[in-house]
Amino acid sequence: MSCGKCNKTTVEELKKTHKLLAEFDYEPVKVEKGYANRTLYVNVSDNKIELKPVSEELKEKFIGGRGFGLWYLWQAVTPETKWNDPENEIIISSGPIGGITQYPGTGKSYVVSLSPLTNIPIDSNVGGYFGPFLKFSGFDALEIQGKAENDVIIFIDGDNHKITIEEAPEECVDSHILAEQLTEMYADSEEGKKNVSVVSAGSAAEHTRIGMLNFSYYDVRRKKVKLKQAGRGGIGTVFRDKKIKALVIKFSNLKGDSNNPADFDTIAKTGIKLHKEIHDFDDLQNSMRKTGTTYLVSIMNDYDLLPTCNFQFGNHPEAHKISSKVFKNYFNITKTDGCWYGCTLACAKSVDVFKLKTGPYKGQKVIVDGPEYETIAGVGSNCGIFDPEAVLECNFYCDTYGVDTISFGTLCAFVMECYERGIINKETTGGLELKFGNWKAQLELLHQMARGEGFGKIAGQGIKRMKEIFAKDYGADINFLNDIGMEAKGLEFAEYMPKESLAQQGGFGLTNKGPQHDEAWLIFMDMVNKQLPTFEDKAEALHYFPMFRTWFSLVGLCKLPWNDIVPEDNAETDEPHKIPEHVQNYVDLFTAVTGKKITKEDLILQSERVYNFQRVFNIRMGKGRRKHDDIPYRAVGPVTVEEYESRQERYDKQLKEEVGINPEGMTTEEKIKVLREYREKRYEKLKDAVYKRRGWTMDGVPKLETLKRLGIDYPEVVEIIKQYLD
Amino acid sequence: MKVVEKKAELCIGCHTCEQACSKVLFKVEDPEKSAIRIFEKADEGFDINVCNQCGECIDICPVEAIYKGKNGNVMINKEKCVGCFACVGFCPISAMRQHKDYTQPFKCISCGACTRECPTEAIFMKEKE
Repeated sequence: MSCGKCNKTTVEELKKTHKLLAEFDYEPVKVEKGYANRTLYVNVSDNKIELKPVSEELKEKFIGGRGFGLWYLWQAVTPETKWNDPENEIIISSGPIGGITQYPGTGKSYVVSLSPLTNIPIDSNVGGYFGPFLKFSGFDALEIQGKAENDVIIFIDGDNHKITIEEAPEECVDSHILAEQLTEMYADSEEGKKNVSVVSAGSAAEHTRIGMLNFSYYDVRRKKVKLKQAGRGGIGTVFRDKKIKALVIKFSNLKGDSNNPADFDTIAKTGIKLHKEIHDFDDLQNSMRKTGTTYLVSIMNDYDLLPTCNFQFGNHPEAHKISSKVFKNYFNITKTDGCWYGCTLACAKSVDVFKLKTGPYKGQKVIVDGPEYETIAGVGSNCGIFDPEAVLECNFYCDTYGVDTISFGTLCAFVMECYERGIINKETTGGLELKFGNWKAQLELLHQMARGEGFGKIAGQGIKRMKEIFAKDYGADINFLNDIGMEAKGLEFAEYMPKESLAQQGGFGLTNKGPQHDEAWLIFMDMVNKQLPTFEDKAEALHYFPMFRTWFSLVGLCKLPWNDIVPEDNAETDEPHKIPEHVQNYVDLFTAVTGKKITKEDLILQSERVYNFQRVFNIRMGKGRRKHDDIPYRAVGPVTVEEYESRQERYDKQLKEEVGINPEGMTTEEKIKVLREYREKRYEKLKDAVYKRRGWTMDGVPKLETLKRLGIDYPEVVEIIKQYLD
Repeated sequence: MKVVEKKAELCIGCHTCEQACSKVLFKVEDPEKSAIRIFEKADEGFDINVCNQCGECIDICPVEAIYKGKNGNVMINKEKCVGCFACVGFCPISAMRQHKDYTQPFKCISCGACTRECPTEAIFMKEKE
């Protein structure tokens, strides 16, 4: 496949245009108990390639994955470093469990960098084969620093123990073409394509701050390259700013014991137990094997939680048009839709032949990876779009252009509300009629981002910067924009309505990287099942779950097999929301891989170290204190009269029962004001309770005793917090 | 294709079949390493568990390491297998095996060795479509 922009049509011709800039041979190492005990450093400014040893201390305190990423990033940057400075890094690491093939969801890579959206560390997780292949090629992490002069490809040849940096001028940057070309170029044969994984961004990553990274794997059944996304926080933007066109890795000798664990048998038996559980119960539970994460659309809609028209509302009469029942008919399902070997939860669905209706590839038949729930809710319902083919088209272009569907969806929803309210108009958008539901305008906005043109270029800066531009250039009321612009710390919200769940407001606000649901998803526990009645209960949940979920990012795991499938008797356990049997599986897996005996309490402790380190890192970069944990009022309660009146009965009842005010005779505006005061105060009270539980000051700064308890009271860490302690 | 068929009511639980099988597969006499397994039932008698060559496991293998052999029996290509054991968890009759000494699964290859040793003809080879 070719984009038609260059005149090189075969990969052989493309390969000939590569210019070798650096070559580096390395000694192979055998992975021992989940670690290669070595990392790879590549600087694309001066083409320096180095190996670094991994110390026992680093493994003990930071485990791997996000932990390693944060540690290396800390060493690389200063408080003054900006995302586009050469010293900013992109670090990719899986983790000690990452790469085992026996347990579902064990092929994740974690990517860390300073984010162009937040200017603090971002971590983003992704499937595909790159992370495991990196470790088995001999490296626990890859650190990339510097900025290349011209577009380069970094190739790690794990078979021949060689790394090259190659100037690569001709390939198209859009991922659906690039990943396919490079897979063919670097594979030894057709059969060998499964041994190659490519990391790439896309043309819109160059012109926006919402760029993401695609991690590829070759699907032997479809005989197609598939893509998974490290979506959040703009790491694709950093990647293209460094003029990296792609990372390519080749590793051909994958075996079940490539991770060389301490106790293979326990891993095999634990994995088989979960395979059986999925086999027996997935159809009765979430049907992930048949519909992926799309099953969430109708559940969210039923509970008034599906973000609709920029988080104004939580359901919509047309939501059924973008539900799993509809997408099931588009999906080409195989029984092996996993993004790493052995993942029988198999949620990586795709539409194998989709004819594009717009843009530079109009008329071409392409494979669409997804859509996943977040994409459907983001570019679909949140933008008032209920056309499944529009969602598929937008999903495809976001992927190939290298932009995050969540940030794109949420920012597009913001733009649409601003358009409908007259804050921006056809003149400011250059003719784009960005009304809710106008999928053609949405797609054109995306194409503009890829071309670096027009209003797309402004929108691609993200909501935080748009708010400033709209206020400054178009005279918009900044307070109103702050209320309806769904970003916190600079990152766009993920696609769940938190308005009616205080715990979920904390789940989005009291986070390290910004409002991303991978830290805590407490809506059901809090709002539906009413398991968190007091502030202390909520604080406990906002301690335990972010820590528990952080752990996946340290060891190289996917969250989904934790609670998107549960044992048959889970409801009868003491703490069904924790899925005790699966927690024990993780404890057993960690011990079986590393040989280090841990308990479920140790698992939380491991996370707490990295989580608190990340908090201090945020403080070091100028964020990470109480005021930075604020969220827009749209996330907390009804901003507008329409929002209030659409759920008047609910809100009136709350005024009466919770606030103790009789709403009769009050205007809607007055009621909004009273409810707002009450809810905002409640959120502040939640902050108090959570900070206390986490061992932080009331300013949100980890206390010295907390850092000491966790054993991360390194002088440079203590130095950062000292000025904020009483 | 010939498959191992069974008449469980004839089984006397002597486990001779398991020894014959493990000998063929791994050159040891160890029931744990046998593809055919005999289990004592809670009430009375024995269950005979052995692959019926249905081929469900073929589609569950992420690397296409499981295939129909020349004779129609289901085989595992050890070169291709990445040891995920999805086939073990997804076998509808739990006849795909895992053993602590090996990093790959194993299964009945319809060689018939077990049937030749069975003293009561509780297991025998039968042609199957």
